Amino acid sequence: MSTRQFGAPVQRNADPALLRGEGAFIDDIPLAGALHAAFVRSAHARARIRSIDTRAARANPDVVAVYTADDIGALDAPLPLLIPHPSITAGGKTQRPLARDEVFYAGQCIAMVVAVDRYTAEDACEAIAVDYEPLPVELDLEKAVADGAPLVHDDIPNNVAAHFIQESGDADAAFARAEHVTTVKVRLERSTAAPLECRAIAARWDRVTGELMVWDGTQAPIAVRGGLASVFGIDEDNVRVVAPNVGGGFGQKIMMFHPDEILVPLAAMELDRPVKYIEDRVENFIGASQERAQIHEITLAALKDGTVLGLRDSFLHDTGAFIPYGIAVAQVSSTSVAGPYRIPGIWVEFKAVYTPCVQVTPYRGCGRPQACFAIERAMDQLADELGIDRFELRRRNFIAPDEFPYRREGLLFADGLAVNYDSGEYAQALDRIVGEIDLPAFRAEQAEARAEGRYLGFGLGFYVEATGLGPYEGGRVKLHPITGKVYVTTGLTDQGQGHGTVFAQIVADQVGCAPADVVFVGGDTQAQPWGVATFASRAAVVSGNAIHKAALRARAQIVQAAANMLEVEQDEIELRDGGAWIRGGNRSVSLAEVATATNPLRYAFNESSKTATQFAPASRHDGPPLAEGTHPGIEESDYFSPPHATWAYGVHAAIVEFDPETCAIDIRRYVCVHDCGTIINPMIVDGQVMGGIGQGIGGAFYERCAYSEDGAPLAASFMDFLMPYATEVPDAELIHTETPSPLNPLGIKGVGEAGTIPVSQVLASALEDAFQPFGIAPVRESPLSPSMIHALLREARARPA
Amino acid sequence: MARSLPSKPIPAASSDPRREVTLTVNGETLTRSVSPRMLLSDFIRHELGLTGTHVGCEHGVCGCCTVLIDGRAGRSCLTLAVQAEGAEIRTIESVARPDGTLHPVQQAFMECHALQCGFCTPGFVMAILSYLEETPQPDLSEDAIREVLSGNLCRCTGYKNIVRAFRRAVELRDARATGGG
Repeated sequence: MSTRQFGAPVQRNADPALLRGEGAFIDDIPLAGALHAAFVRSAHARARIRSIDTRAARANPDVVAVYTADDIGALDAPLPLLIPHPSITAGGKTQRPLARDEVFYAGQCIAMVVAVDRYTAEDACEAIAVDYEPLPVELDLEKAVADGAPLVHDDIPNNVAAHFIQESGDADAAFARAEHVTTVKVRLERSTAAPLECRAIAARWDRVTGELMVWDGTQAPIAVRGGLASVFGIDEDNVRVVAPNVGGGFGQKIMMFHPDEILVPLAAMELDRPVKYIEDRVENFIGASQERAQIHEITLAALKDGTVLGLRDSFLHDTGAFIPYGIAVAQVSSTSVAGPYRIPGIWVEFKAVYTPCVQVTPYRGCGRPQACFAIERAMDQLADELGIDRFELRRRNFIAPDEFPYRREGLLFADGLAVNYDSGEYAQALDRIVGEIDLPAFRAEQAEARAEGRYLGFGLGFYVEATGLGPYEGGRVKLHPITGKVYVTTGLTDQGQGHGTVFAQIVADQVGCAPADVVFVGGDTQAQPWGVATFASRAAVVSGNAIHKAALRARAQIVQAAANMLEVEQDEIELRDGGAWIRGGNRSVSLAEVATATNPLRYAFNESSKTATQFAPASRHDGPPLAEGTHPGIEESDYFSPPHATWAYGVHAAIVEFDPETCAIDIRRYVCVHDCGTIINPMIVDGQVMGGIGQGIGGAFYERCAYSEDGAPLAASFMDFLMPYATEVPDAELIHTETPSPLNPLGIKGVGEAGTIPVSQVLASALEDAFQPFGIAPVRESPLSPSMIHALLREARARPA
Repeated sequence: MARSLPSKPIPAASSDPRREVTLTVNGETLTRSVSPRMLLSDFIRHELGLTGTHVGCEHGVCGCCTVLIDGRAGRSCLTLAVQAEGAEIRTIESVARPDGTLHPVQQAFMECHALQCGFCTPGFVMAILSYLEETPQPDLSEDAIREVLSGNLCRCTGYKNIVRAFRRAVELRDARATGGG
């Protein structure tokens, strides 16, 4: 038998090309005669546009076209609201491709210039004069919902974009029984995905064949194709969208349409030339999307022994100037806020609030980091107030292994389905952390350090994550009819996660080849027109299982053909080493020969086409060459539609050292225990989790999409938005447990977002511990910069003892 | 859509003034006429078609565009093409052997899963290459390696595996030098 590939740390097929600089990112694709687009973007948060003067730009001989809202015909309308929801205030707002009469955030697109090169296009943008009448703004969420606050949209009272309440069990009864009630208020600020490749799009219109070809750095090419086909009234089959190599997405590229995604194809069709738009870093900060800003007031009702009976959480969610992605982010927060705890009575309310800032759409974690921060800060406070150890309090409230499936009746997740945790060994995960961190020894070291004027702290955070959402994905496994190579195709995309390799592992185990010999095709609507997209840590779960099902069918086809060719019974065939072998013997037929033999009148002229003829026919039947009900070649498709999300989980802990002189924080140890069900590739899982932790550390300490009071973005470059370098991210210790999901044949759960979720909580909790001797107020904010800590410290020192 | 003639002729290139620049790229000396404001990164990518050099920020922070300029790592997004007059430029395309065999630094990145989306990767490889050429016996302590890597941003990996890859690259290089690979 071949070695089982599922579960092995198989190296990635995509790497050599990327390492040699032979990747195919959008701006790498050569397009003869391409024109380049650039945008005029609003200089104000909220303003009326008195006039736009494009004359000088249009007069530039190197400028091919200038578009304002007046020049885009029927496209001058609000872009689609992707996920409508009854809680959204009537007339949920989305932006127009180009602003008409008014702007709603600094960075909003007002005009698009198409020119012979990007330099010229940017010059021409500078030459376009926009006359604004600035309007008052309010960016503070709590003030924005108060009566009399300036409105982002004149017809949306109190800036409330959506208001939603969900209940599970009887929260009132829980609070009536409570022996102890505790409340925390936490505030998280805006951050952003900041993929290193900014957003990018190129389009080519073929006026002879009527095909619109679009290369889009998107996580959702099938959705973009459907959208473009409907917007432009072209048959879907005449629109091809390809997401080639994409330099990170982290949720930002799941959003569609960004204005350029329809304006660039429009220009390509109107001008009959390829057009490309490569977003620059400033534009990514001011014009793409952001997330994270929420303010929670969360209250826990508990018994003296620490049993949490009830939870009430009321939070404000900053949705930016528009709500194109509906309430998805806030809904994920509101359904994740009870974490891994039983908590029978839950009442959660949120208001999504319009603010004059770039729109909010999912960013890795999608509302979960905020929920985790809220519940875990509250759990820490409850433990401290009841005098119960923080580990012990959590242990007393975990959903036990025999309580799964654990359904929170009444809470609907973002997929519209009830919250239903499928499996977990939460206490075991906590035990692993306890085993790694010898807490009594740490407490002794902490006391010693304090005596020397050094301040150590320990913190932890537990999280759950609904992953692998439906509705479905597909997979196709095919032996290439000429070369016999194994192709695996799916509709979703890869932005670096390594899907191609894990899918190759799944297929390799069934068809008996090496993963390196499996060719992955994804992100091309022509190769696989059915599918959804890469988001919500769902690719491996949903596509992976579809591919597994397709591979089982392909395997059966290969075994049948090979048995016929070798003239033995099917149960005598085993697939290994790239061929089908007679069990216990040395006769075999290669996959290439099977491919050839199952492909009538093939015009294949290679070696395997010659050798295939020495075997018996691949099919034993009378009549026409193809037996009734069969198809030529080895090619099998299948689909997987999960019953509902599968819940991954984990716990992180950190030991930090805090220097009161400089307010610098040194993460001395960072330990992560994570469970994403059965692991396909431990190397890739480690990479996903570590990458998430790195992003979480950026979010906890350094990265902040700050705005001035009048709505000017203050973090519009990597000089201001401080993404951590290798010197800021610690070498985390990664430990995996594997509790299979009962919801899919492979037993897997998603892993893409996990690492990011608890990091702010873990570090806040650790800092709070380190701060104890200083009487600093509890940590209730994220991110936590040295300057903020310095302010807290100064405040504490100023307080009378 | 009705087929119509373009409203005005589209020039093949902008009317920016042009200036000749002669430089050596990956061992080949060439002369091109470029706009004086063209960035070296755009020149390498779009005039020469060497698209392995990536552009992540255009303000010198991320390091994706790192190339070797006269042997030392430099930001091609902060350099004008005309400033490279007479310079010797090496890009990621020159690193593997002509038959595609990976350089030890590249091989180490693959073995250690030190890349995910691969967008920042050429910049890291060029920065490490430059460092190892200047410092053949590097300090392999965690802090020292992280310091070397601290000119490049990666959004995917959390750096852990890039640190491992640095150590592995030195091992592979030494093994090859002694005929092991």
